[in-house]
Amino acid sequence: MSTTAPIGEDKIVAKVTSKHVPIYVMGKRYDVPDSLTIMKAMEYAGYKFIRGCGCRGGICGACGTVYKKPDDYKIHVGLACQTVVQEGMHLTQIPFYPATRTVFDYEQTPAVAEAVFKAYPELFRCVACNACTKICPMDVPVMDYVAAIKRGDFEKATELSFDCIQCGLCASRCMAEMAQYHIAQMVRRIYGGKIKPKATHLAVMVDNVKAGKFKDGLEQLKKADVATLKQLYMSKDAREIEPNMSEDEWVPTNNAYL
Amino acid sequence: MKVSYYPGCTLKTKARNLEDTAIGALAVLGVELVELPRWNCCGAVTSLAQDDLLHMLAPVRDLIRAKEQGSDKLVTICSMCYNTLARANLLMRNDAEKRDALNRFMDEEPDYAGEVEVIHLLNFIRDEVGWDKLRAAVRRPLTGLRVAPYYGCTLVRPAEVAIEPAVDATVFEKFIEALGAQLVHNPGAFDCCGSYQILSHPKQALAASAELLGKAKNKGADVLALSCPLCDYNLGKRQNELVADHGLESKLPTIYFTQLLAVALGLDSSLCHFELNHEGTRSLLEERNLISTVAV
Amino acid sequence: MRHGFAPGRICSHWEDQMRILINGRTVDEDFIERVEEISEQNIKRCMQCGTCSASCPMEADMDLSPRVVMHFTQMGLRDVVQGANTVWICASCHTCEARCPRGVDLPKIMEAIRLLTLRKNKDAVDPRQLEATVIDEAPQAAMVGCFRKLTA
Ligand code: SF4
Ligand code: SF4
Ligand code: FES
Repeated sequence: MSTTAPIGEDKIVAKVTSKHVPIYVMGKRYDVPDSLTIMKAMEYAGYKFIRGCGCRGGICGACGTVYKKPDDYKIHVGLACQTVVQEGMHLTQIPFYPATRTVFDYEQTPAVAEAVFKAYPELFRCVACNACTKICPMDVPVMDYVAAIKRGDFEKATELSFDCIQCGLCASRCMAEMAQYHIAQMVRRIYGGKIKPKATHLAVMVDNVKAGKFKDGLEQLKKADVATLKQLYMSKDAREIEPNMSEDEWVPTNNAYL
Repeated sequence: MKVSYYPGCTLKTKARNLEDTAIGALAVLGVELVELPRWNCCGAVTSLAQDDLLHMLAPVRDLIRAKEQGSDKLVTICSMCYNTLARANLLMRNDAEKRDALNRFMDEEPDYAGEVEVIHLLNFIRDEVGWDKLRAAVRRPLTGLRVAPYYGCTLVRPAEVAIEPAVDATVFEKFIEALGAQLVHNPGAFDCCGSYQILSHPKQALAASAELLGKAKNKGADVLALSCPLCDYNLGKRQNELVADHGLESKLPTIYFTQLLAVALGLDSSLCHFELNHEGTRSLLEERNLISTVAV
Repeated sequence: MRHGFAPGRICSHWEDQMRILINGRTVDEDFIERVEEISEQNIKRCMQCGTCSASCPMEADMDLSPRVVMHFTQMGLRDVVQGANTVWICASCHTCEARCPRGVDLPKIMEAIRLLTLRKNKDAVDPRQLEATVIDEAPQAAMVGCFRKLTA
């Protein structure tokens, strides 16, 4: 059996074949369509998520899942909402793993490495096993950002940990029993708020907002009826959309609000 | 000449005075220290158990980074990093079974078999710069400054990684003499300052520190030269406690060997970050007219 | 900081003050074997000359001096050796190793005895108990070294 899945108005993105394959959720076998993501397959099998699911878009980090494939000793990992099932996989979700998180007073915390060292001294137990990097579903080089934090390089740690979605899988594997992602978040907060130079155009924009530059436009939108809103949102003429793969210099022709 | 360089975590924070002076002074001597583009903490101490390979991963990864960079030499400055990297390197060279186990575990890294040579900066200066060239490069000889060398543990023990055999090591002594300073024989040159036990058993570590500083002091040293940020912490930064509670009769400033080098080569003293040193170091050098007095 | 689990002090000059029962049943062969296996040292090489104790910078506050640790380990006195603070005060400075006339690598033996405890997930220090002012001042190398040697 095969169906075509229409996406958008007129494009056919993929031919979806729905053969059923066995998967094992926490050891129990279910036969599920092989085109589903792990999350949908679990729902297909009868699971209802009240935890372990959030955005369904690969961003919130609620659905971290570990699995093994037949005849493969490796631990594999994926976000349940993003990873398509594979025949014979054994999986369990690890939506949450206990992780030490130190409360700190942002205002009172100086932008120095020692502030983080004091909040998370277990940082120095890292053995560079790299298990964290290997398990990260976002391909964040966790071991490297931990190394950067240990030497007080907040800029580098911020850059390296930027894609982290706080799923916590790294902490589940850590030899040193630390919660890498909470430590990196503290670093990014301090770096972003206290070290990184402020963007001047942002301040200008904030002033513009305060001065009411967008007030009229917003008022109009608030008054508009559903049909108008739909038209504004969908129509190519009313809304200028940045083309895929556009150059960095791309600007809309109507730049009244820039 | 360019050479790969492993800094270590502390040189990026508390011991910037050690790193900045090394890089600045070596540049004057025609050597560019090229920091590894990617590195992790070396682990500071070595695993001493035959069945604990886990704690060998960190230093071996750093050696792999040097190999990846195409280097066959890796220079380090911190004594602890030197010791840890050099011992991990020996393991990878000499123990085929453990080498295989480590390479297999790090399946994401290229294999490593000890191709890189780990060199402490003192030995690098001895071999690649040479005492004659060093002497010739000195702009401001440290005349009259009585300097005691302090090797500590990790530059000389265990024997298989010693920068020179401990009983007749002379590299630090020759270095000090080449800078025009007056060498003070230091009977405590190879004593232990208590190392990381400063955190868990501070009383014992401070007692050991006080005793060894006393030995250099008794020989009339003006300053103790060292190459390890942890020694500098125990012996320098905690020195007030040594005097107050541990029987050290009077203070003895401490200084990194690279700072002595930078001063002797006539580099700007702002590079030396004396604010990170023992409180008496800057004033000692000012008194001797080796650095100019800065108005604060 | 706590150094954990030393069940009372055994004086470093234990000969003067202590009596320790030794007979066939007190010899813990398994302890001897494990220490020798992990350290790859033959503990019977030690001839009790005491050079290690005389060289040790940390000896003054040890419950058992390094020589006595060797002696008691030879006798398989697991509880006494593991109960003493000696291996937790050792700074791995290798002075004893450099001087031992019998070529015993004592730091490896100290490490083996530490590991027998650490591998049961018992820490000798708690990183979170370090004083904030110490973390402000101490080099990272101190923390890394301390936690590697004294936490599981
Ligand atoms: S760094 Fe850790 S918490 Fe962040 S995405 Fe990767 S595994 Fe998840
Ligand atoms: S899992 Fe933990 S110990 Fe291993 S490299 Fe990552 S942070 Fe370090
Ligand atoms: S549900 Fe948010 S990442 Fe999967």
